[in-house]
Amino acid sequence: MKKLLGTLLSVAMVASLLVGCGSAAPADGASDGAKTFKIGGIGPLTGGAAVYGIAVKNGAQIAIDEINAAGGINGCQIEYNFQDDECDAEKSVNAYNTLKDWDMDILMGTVTSGCCVAVAAKTAEDGMFELTPSGSSVDILAGNDNVFQVCFTDPNQGIASAQYIGQSKLATKVAVIYDSSDVYSTGIYEKFAAEAPAQGLEIVATEAFTADNKTDFTTQLQKAKDAGAELVFLPFYYTEATLVLKQADTMGFDPIFFGCDGLDGILAVENFDVALAEDVMLLTPFAADATDDLTKSFVAKYAEIANGEIPNQFAADAYDAIYTIKAAAEAANVTPDMSVADMGKAITAVMPTIKVDGLTGKAMSWNAEGEVNKAPKAVVIKNGAYVSMD
Amino acid sequence: MSKQLKSNLITYGIIIAFFAIMQTLVGTGTISSLFKGLLVPICVYTIMAVSLNLTVGILGELSLGHAGFMCVGAFVSAFFSMCMKESGMNSIVRFIIAIILGAIVAAVFGILIGIPVLRLRGDYLAIVTLAFGEIIKNIVNVLYVGKDSSGFHISFTDTASLGLSSDGVVIIKGPQGITGTPNDSTFLIGIIILIITVFIVTNFVTSRSGRAVMAIRDNRIAAESVGINISKYKLMAFAISAGLAGAAGALYAHNLNTLNALPKNFGYNMSIMILVYVVLGGIGSIRGSIIAATILTALPELLRGFSDYRMLIYSIVLIALMLISNSPKAKMFFEKYSIKQLIGTKKAQKEEV
Repeated sequence: MKKLLGTLLSVAMVASLLVGCGSAAPADGASDGAKTFKIGGIGPLTGGAAVYGIAVKNGAQIAIDEINAAGGINGCQIEYNFQDDECDAEKSVNAYNTLKDWDMDILMGTVTSGCCVAVAAKTAEDGMFELTPSGSSVDILAGNDNVFQVCFTDPNQGIASAQYIGQSKLATKVAVIYDSSDVYSTGIYEKFAAEAPAQGLEIVATEAFTADNKTDFTTQLQKAKDAGAELVFLPFYYTEATLVLKQADTMGFDPIFFGCDGLDGILAVENFDVALAEDVMLLTPFAADATDDLTKSFVAKYAEIANGEIPNQFAADAYDAIYTIKAAAEAANVTPDMSVADMGKAITAVMPTIKVDGLTGKAMSWNAEGEVNKAPKAVVIKNGAYVSMD
Repeated sequence: MSKQLKSNLITYGIIIAFFAIMQTLVGTGTISSLFKGLLVPICVYTIMAVSLNLTVGILGELSLGHAGFMCVGAFVSAFFSMCMKESGMNSIVRFIIAIILGAIVAAVFGILIGIPVLRLRGDYLAIVTLAFGEIIKNIVNVLYVGKDSSGFHISFTDTASLGLSSDGVVIIKGPQGITGTPNDSTFLIGIIILIITVFIVTNFVTSRSGRAVMAIRDNRIAAESVGINISKYKLMAFAISAGLAGAAGALYAHNLNTLNALPKNFGYNMSIMILVYVVLGGIGSIRGSIIAATILTALPELLRGFSDYRMLIYSIVLIALMLISNSPKAKMFFEKYSIKQLIGTKKAQKEEV
């Protein structure tokens, strides 16, 4: 019996393989005929990090619809395919291979840093141009000429935060709470801690939590309070930050809370009392309630396709990523019939020369390593809205 | 030819046939990039399933911490490769040493964990192994190891406290794990390790020690009464299982450029996933584990066409597979229309003629 089941299953396996191969073949033929740019995206659409992947998927979709309506890149329309990676490096490589079978020309991804390191190694092998909207670790860029970022790198955020706190004389005694199981959070914390002494800041308490244990922050807050911290630095995402703020309020601890771009989105959290976020400061490249026309139209379009949700900075980064790809592709004058490696080489060569005005910054430019150059904006929350601190 | 040997040969045959088919497809370029990329992960998860089958099927103890051993093997081997990367050592030799090292250290962890754990039985053992798997993952997540001219530095807080001199490099960066592991894993090496794994497990089962292990599984008191050293044989099976998982971990680590211990890849979810492979393939059946692991690794990727409903359909297919493979009616159906039966009837007919 077992033997038979084995045989049947192996037959099924071989059949499924053939199906896999079969579907790949006609895709090859189709791409030669139709002249479209195929832009692929990779990010988590399921699991704990899905909120970021979905935001990127939608943000990029808006940009692509706009570009297609306006005539496309170099007169060619864009095709868009976004694959789920479940925030797992191995699945991310699978998603990348799926997109390769689809004849992707340019990769907009991946959303999360860990996966991005694994995929960047693969795109570097193939010479494909890759622009990550939100993968912020420096390891993504190391040794990969073809990879560029739209968001700040983690170290830059940590250093910028320390400098901002020191130069604005917000506080001298600082406590840090960070997610030790997260690449983004640890990356910012390490650079912040290294830069703090130079800015005259004293780190009186360093408290960590992990992804498995992120609902109760009272211990960490109590230690920060006992150490006499005037400012608590929160380099992590807004979902945990809402809990920190609520628990700090319950225990009557009221220092200055300072965060990075991960805190962006905190005002949109359901059932969160916005009054708790009063006076919270954060460094962010994007504010959804900015009054310029570009942001307004983006927020309106995003609400349309995402059931009335307010876009966070991931969506904005993805929107800018697509426009950056357009600008670079036009500057390099590439066409869809070029090979992936040739196109990658041509676009990589022009990246340091272009300037892009987007949602997350004016006149964004890139260095040859792939880091973006744009100014972080410091905002403070007043009456439930961001107010610029400059 | 004994029945056992025949069955084993069929298993090797399936593996080698799978390898030959895939190699031809890769050689002729007819295979999709997706499947080419899946070949090494398939080897990793089949090795995991076969090795867990040793604990679950042969030893008869439920282990929920198998991904923890994979984690140990992955990190030890990747650490070794990172240290040796600059030394100009032949990459195949380096990888083989890395695999052996990963397997040995994972086996040592298996013994260390096995000593307290194997005193327990049944549900208690399952819960404790689950906890150990999580402990391993969490320790790796706070571990920082750097290397400079004066040797290795280890810290459990952050990179700054390593106190590296200016020429130092941080190899294990806590939650950021190890980045830049050389991509040494190939399908060929994966298949070789799989065959070695199957060889070790099937031979262990038929050996004197293996029979002792099965005697313990079937009746502990009876086994003890005939003088079998229970702790020794249990530990032996547990350590072999852990060591093989370590080898799979080494293969996993050298397939990707980045290695982090996340709940997704080394947490209890993965341990349970591997248990699912074993249960679906049939507890105690090595060939079943291999086939189930192959199908369930490839399945979520084959369902990508369903986009948003992918994981939903995957779960439904999983439930359906479990129900079908265990329903008496399906068994009857398969027995009636089995290939063996068909060949058998033909033979019978020939004899009549």
